[in-house]
Amino acid sequence: MADHATGKIVGVNGNMITVAFEGSVSQNEVGYARHGDMRLIAEVVRIRDRNADLQVFDSTRDLMVGSPVEFTGELLSSELGPGLLTQIYDGLQNPLPRLAEQCGFFLERGVYLTAIPRDTRWAFTPRVKAGDKLKAGETIGTVPEGMFEHRIMLPFDVDGSVQVEWVSPAASLTVMDPVARVTDPTGAKREITMLQRWPVKIPIQAFAERLRPADPLVTKIRIVDTFFPVARGGTYCIPGPFGAGKTVLQQITSRYADVDIVIIAACGERAGEVVETLREFPELIDPKTGRSLMDRTVIICNTSSMPVAAREASVYTAATIAAYYRQMGLHVLLLADSTSRWAQALREMSGRLEEIPGEEAFPAYLESVIAAFYERGGLVRLHDGSFGSITIGGTVSPAGGNFDEPVTQSTLKVVGAFHGLSRARSDARRYPAIDPLDSWSKYAPVVPAELVETARELLRKGSDVGQMMKVVGEEGTSIDDFTTYLKSEYIDSVYLQQDAYHEVDCATPAERQREVFTLIAGILQQSMTFTDKTAARRFFHQLTQTTRDWNRTAADTPEFKELQKKIEQMVAEVASHA
Amino acid sequence: MHKYYHRVQNIAGNVLTIRAEGVRYGELAEVHSRRGTSLAQVIRLKGDEVSLQVFSGSRGVATDAQIRFLGHPMQVPFTDALLGRVFTGGAEPRDNGPALTDNLIAIGGPSVNPARRIIPRRMVRTGIPMIDLFNTLVESQKLPIFARAGEPYNPLLARIALQSEVDVIVLGGMGLKHDDYLFFRDTLDASGALARTVMFVHTAADPVVECLLVPDVSLAVAEQFALAGKRVLVLLTDMTNFADAMKEIAITMEQIPSNRGYPGDLYSQLASRYEKAVDFEGAGSLTILAVTTMPGDDVTHPVPDNTGYITEGQFYLRDGRIEPFGSLSRLKQLVNGKTRDDHRTIMNAMIQLYAAYRETQEKQSMGFRMNEWDGKLLKYGVRFEREMMDLSVNIPLESALDLGWAIFADCFDPIETGIHSKLIDAYWPKVAPAAN
Ligand SMILES: Nc1ncnc2c1ncn2[C@@H]1O[C@H](COP(=O)(O)OP(=O)(O)OP(=O)(O)O)[C@@H](O)[C@H]1O
Ligand SMILES: [Mg+2]
Repeated sequence: MADHATGKIVGVNGNMITVAFEGSVSQNEVGYARHGDMRLIAEVVRIRDRNADLQVFDSTRDLMVGSPVEFTGELLSSELGPGLLTQIYDGLQNPLPRLAEQCGFFLERGVYLTAIPRDTRWAFTPRVKAGDKLKAGETIGTVPEGMFEHRIMLPFDVDGSVQVEWVSPAASLTVMDPVARVTDPTGAKREITMLQRWPVKIPIQAFAERLRPADPLVTKIRIVDTFFPVARGGTYCIPGPFGAGKTVLQQITSRYADVDIVIIAACGERAGEVVETLREFPELIDPKTGRSLMDRTVIICNTSSMPVAAREASVYTAATIAAYYRQMGLHVLLLADSTSRWAQALREMSGRLEEIPGEEAFPAYLESVIAAFYERGGLVRLHDGSFGSITIGGTVSPAGGNFDEPVTQSTLKVVGAFHGLSRARSDARRYPAIDPLDSWSKYAPVVPAELVETARELLRKGSDVGQMMKVVGEEGTSIDDFTTYLKSEYIDSVYLQQDAYHEVDCATPAERQREVFTLIAGILQQSMTFTDKTAARRFFHQLTQTTRDWNRTAADTPEFKELQKKIEQMVAEVASHA
Repeated sequence: MHKYYHRVQNIAGNVLTIRAEGVRYGELAEVHSRRGTSLAQVIRLKGDEVSLQVFSGSRGVATDAQIRFLGHPMQVPFTDALLGRVFTGGAEPRDNGPALTDNLIAIGGPSVNPARRIIPRRMVRTGIPMIDLFNTLVESQKLPIFARAGEPYNPLLARIALQSEVDVIVLGGMGLKHDDYLFFRDTLDASGALARTVMFVHTAADPVVECLLVPDVSLAVAEQFALAGKRVLVLLTDMTNFADAMKEIAITMEQIPSNRGYPGDLYSQLASRYEKAVDFEGAGSLTILAVTTMPGDDVTHPVPDNTGYITEGQFYLRDGRIEPFGSLSRLKQLVNGKTRDDHRTIMNAMIQLYAAYRETQEKQSMGFRMNEWDGKLLKYGVRFEREMMDLSVNIPLESALDLGWAIFADCFDPIETGIHSKLIDAYWPKVAPAAN
């Protein structure tokens, strides 16, 4: 430890301390500020001459000029190994339930616990033998972790190729026990355990190649999968004013999305929202696997009243854990709520560093930081030929709900899909409040793309007619235009809107979306004859009612078929035959 | 043991700078000047330069002021003797009662470990249909009332405080008009609630820094009561004054403002207060209702905007009524599924039809012909406003639900309400009063 720098505090300003140091210090190195027996973790954010500015990941209350600071020589890192799944961590990967056991109701300052339990035993099965050559990220053996075969991989920081000298036979081991010994070309030996550490701000690159995302990631949310799809390995963002439904949308996605693993990064938002997830997930059974949803989930939770500096760390910790599971050939979904809070943390620190501010006082490097974060998503082919992906979905909380602000704009430049939530739709309780006219996606939908185009065209026309009717009134609108308007309201009510709290309607699998959407697209294209507008309105009232009942009926019941027939009959009765 | 410093280097706004050593970040100091003694807090350390924020303001503080550091951060007493009393933002008595010095606790304490939180589960009944039926208030919720200056938000706060069954009420007043303070005191007194109330009151005439302390002091005391098993309701009025006080200090400290002069950490500052709302498993709970006035009636103004991103919904008070649009209790679905099985449906259907009514009303005002459907909506809208929205309506939730069905039956055919067929069968009044 003697070669790590030490220093003394010469200034305190909010959560930033300035430290005069001796020895060598690197950017983003971790240091601990001492206060009595307490050690507060901090990260170097700037070095000027013999002074380093550090952001402290805890309250700086009681620190004094002259308090000692110990540097560690390490960058801020995550622990990786079996035992991450089902965990609830803070932004620095402190396990919150174990902190609660130790400290009670409140988060005590300066208490840091190991992220991965040291005493759990895992059934290790070797996959290599002495003499084999390995690269970083290649599998040494496996352990079962819940429903997954968790690969124990050669640490990602290994350079080039190494030779296995010894590997443990099948055994029950802890993460601290050696599982292999390897030698590198220079003859240096290294002992490998199941636990490795990786600096959170550096992406893990141990794969053969990056590919273009192609397969849809089915969220079971109709407006998403059909209209504004997300791809496995893709990126998307959900900007929206407060209360428009960003968090609820992410919560339902975290439940129903068809992926292997979900990492939830609750970044600077309400603690209560995380609590819903962490109390409910253990009770919810994933129909696909028959296991609790918690078994596929990791929660990184740095809520709004927790230390601001750790918000930034939290999204990187989440991305690092996501990449770790991607390296096992799994499909991972990372949901970050809200990226704006993390951007604000950057802004606060930038202000304390007295950097030249950009728009709305955000730092000039905001855009590149956001781009780099979304770049951590992607679909990759691993060295063994299997595929893994990280899909990233981030919410954005624009000031005043106006998308014309730095965080939204920087995000829109880099993501593959945009789910813009609108205040008008959420006020009208049209959930999910994704704006069907403004949103877009570069990925392929789960239904035929031509049908989607027809529907979007109709929605646009319907909206135009709606606008026009506000001016000329219903009597100034032709019956054909009026019918178009009613059709667009119909597809909105029965397809775009979806009841997140109804046991059937909450999740529509891809197969059912194809079936339902095909029928509805047919209705939209059908020309219809009505005696007058009242008759048209009455018809669509009834059709909407029946279709909503249909949405709420399980697909494998006789009732489902009956309702479908009823809808078809109703439409046939008004169909005009040219 | 505590040494006096007297070389004040700099005075700007409410912040003064001195040279001193061995000072802790965040600790308190006493500033003695010709004008009297005030508390101050350390807000920046730079070498041996110490910046202090003076609670009673720096007006009249001279360069020869004497400063003594106290070695601890801001504290408040916590005892049952607080009940029935009124204090300043600096926790000094504001009534004629004795100063309390027992059992001092730090303010602005650590946040609750999310892993120890529980899902809120108890409805707070207020007797106001716009709340109970449409936007149910839940114990441990944090909810602001957004209003233009001049709306009756303080009477609304007082009414909720009196009608909800809580053990302790903590009132934090910021920039309160003296009359409003007297209104709260007298209203609570008249109903006998004063004996379970503590007030921390900063009036518009008091030093601005004391305004900054009100939320922390109020919430620290409330948190202790909650830990002691009490159901606590914290009323904060007006948080916009609190934010403006922060703005004032930030500008003095030459911080770069982010949005209309407010500091970049406005969100975090507000959040650390609102997140004190909690339900302690095995103990009590802390619920926050906070008035946020909207300058220029603009919800995108930084204070209401940031608040909306923090709280669990909001009530809009407009023209003396709680607006159905925009108003939202985000926790309502945690409790409104357990009240009556038609609660959610009535809630949604009534709002959707009221929205349709507003559209029709707009068309009518533009002189368009009204059709049969418009006629039904107009009739409905009037009844809805008179019998549900009016704040003088004071009925339990169940009566409000029955009333909802009665209004529907009077105005519409079942199919037009869009209500799921099964509920119609169960609840639609069998003999509808003859239409028209
Ligand atoms: N899909 C939905 N179905 C029903 N209600 C919804 C839906 N989405 C949102 N809501 C309602 O809107 C409220 C706010 O939603 P949510 O918390 O997701 O907003 P948000 O956009 O995350 O807001 P903030 O930016 O303040 O965090 C919810 O509590 C719920 O009442
Ligand atoms: Mg949210």
